Amino acid sequence: MKRKHNFKRLAADIIGVAMALIIFGIPFVFILLNSLKDRLESNRLAMSLPTVFHFENYLTVLENNNYQLVTAFKNSIIMTIGAVIVLIITGSMAGYVLQRRKDRITKFLSKLVLIGLMIPTAILPTIWVLQKLGIYKTMFSIILLQTALNISFTIMLYQNFMETIPVELEEAGFMDGASTMKLFAYIIFPLLKPVTATVVIINAISVFNDFTTPLYFFPGSENATVQLTLYNYIGQFANSYNLLFADVIVIVIPMLILFLIFNNRIVDGMTAGSVKG
Amino acid sequence: MNKRKIYPLAFVWPAVIIFVVLFIVPTVISFYFSFTVWDLKDAVWCGLDNYKMFFSESSLSTSVINTIIYAVFTCGLKVILGFFIAVFLTSNIATKTFIRSVVFFPTLISSVAVGIMFKAILHPTKGIINVFLSLFGIGSIDWLGNTKLALGSIIAVDVWKGLGIAVVIFIAGIQSIDKTYYESATIDGASKIKSIFYITAPLSRAARNSVITLAFIGGIRSFDLIWAMTKGGPGYATDVIASTVYKQYSSGYYGLSTAGNVIMLLMVMFLAFPLQKFINRGGDLQ
Repeated sequence: MKRKHNFKRLAADIIGVAMALIIFGIPFVFILLNSLKDRLESNRLAMSLPTVFHFENYLTVLENNNYQLVTAFKNSIIMTIGAVIVLIITGSMAGYVLQRRKDRITKFLSKLVLIGLMIPTAILPTIWVLQKLGIYKTMFSIILLQTALNISFTIMLYQNFMETIPVELEEAGFMDGASTMKLFAYIIFPLLKPVTATVVIINAISVFNDFTTPLYFFPGSENATVQLTLYNYIGQFANSYNLLFADVIVIVIPMLILFLIFNNRIVDGMTAGSVKG
Repeated sequence: MNKRKIYPLAFVWPAVIIFVVLFIVPTVISFYFSFTVWDLKDAVWCGLDNYKMFFSESSLSTSVINTIIYAVFTCGLKVILGFFIAVFLTSNIATKTFIRSVVFFPTLISSVAVGIMFKAILHPTKGIINVFLSLFGIGSIDWLGNTKLALGSIIAVDVWKGLGIAVVIFIAGIQSIDKTYYESATIDGASKIKSIFYITAPLSRAARNSVITLAFIGGIRSFDLIWAMTKGGPGYATDVIASTVYKQYSSGYYGLSTAGNVIMLLMVMFLAFPLQKFINRGGDLQ
């Protein structure tokens, strides 16, 4: 009886792993293998090992169009780091006060910010606002836009985490005469480190992968981010799948590294607040 | 203790100002501009013309219907598949962490990259899916070029990419269920299948509501993946509202494009909010 049970479990393991690898693994292997073939062989789109490994495809892709992809990475990284920094500062301060102080204004603001989780961006009115402010087509505006798009989730994460920090800390600090800013910067913010790590990773992934925001609000080839460059290569490399796929792999690898290091933190962040009902 | 002194509202303003200026203000004024013919400088009032056009021109009204089909099917599939995969991954198998990671990883890849990947895999003559099907004598299928199949193909890819989030939310929900329910069910002689439908399913309701809301709203807003795979084609077969918004923007019909935005907003408000109310009320009756 016991042995039969173990056998069933082993079968479930084997079938589960096999299904997961076939459905979710093969597409990545397919892309990787074809990114290493020469042009003609890759255009057959076959699931096979390259006859000769062409690692230089990756160099070709980086050098293409006068190092366009390198510029794109630079743009994407500036956008991502900028947005993440603004999100941490504004989100942690707002989440702290919104969780601790429950009066009519803070309750209203909490609800207002939640709207951002639901409704889509109004594209052209946003361009209109950016033009009125005189910041349309600037990196500065993209960073602020990414902040506006991700601030709701960020504040929610900080609010949830603040619940676990005892109020006595601030009261003691306040009695000792610390200013509110010092209190937050030196006592509270360091305690938020775990959730700040989650905020960094979740937002970095979402901002880096964002295609729509730079498409509408930061046009121009010298401004292109990684996702836009990749999109433009669909037409440009229509007949050289090896280079197109090498591009995809260049974008997948940073995510894979992040995922291998921060697997649990990413999953916790993405499920945060979703099970409480 | 004076809460106003310890927790100054000044801490909230930076976040709120950025959010209001760049998100709420555009949303509010979108209602006005959707009633105009507009070139970002001068707006001429045209009443309901943009909306009339949206629902009478078949190229535009198709996108409204497609958006609903897309949202309903991606959401439904993510809920059903996500739930059963999560049940499987919360059983006592040894490889659950590994499988969870493999299923989850695609959610971290950009839609453009996933689109490129699957455009090649679904290639009508050379794609590996058709090569595989030809082993069973099934002739080549034009997954993205056939007007009847294209939307379904993209829905499938969307589910492939987004399933991982549904799975991890369901796992968190199932893990929070009190184990004693299962113990007493086993003592009462309930089968495993029965306890999935009578214990796991109803008690993971909060997780299910989150998955439904997230997936449905995501479905209504979806753009990147469709744009990377078909640009709304062939014809208008895979156009959704968000892709129409982009097309009208590119052709300079800014008022019409904004009307599309407002329709999307109203769909979220009138479909997603009541949906959430409805599923929550259903829960109270249990």
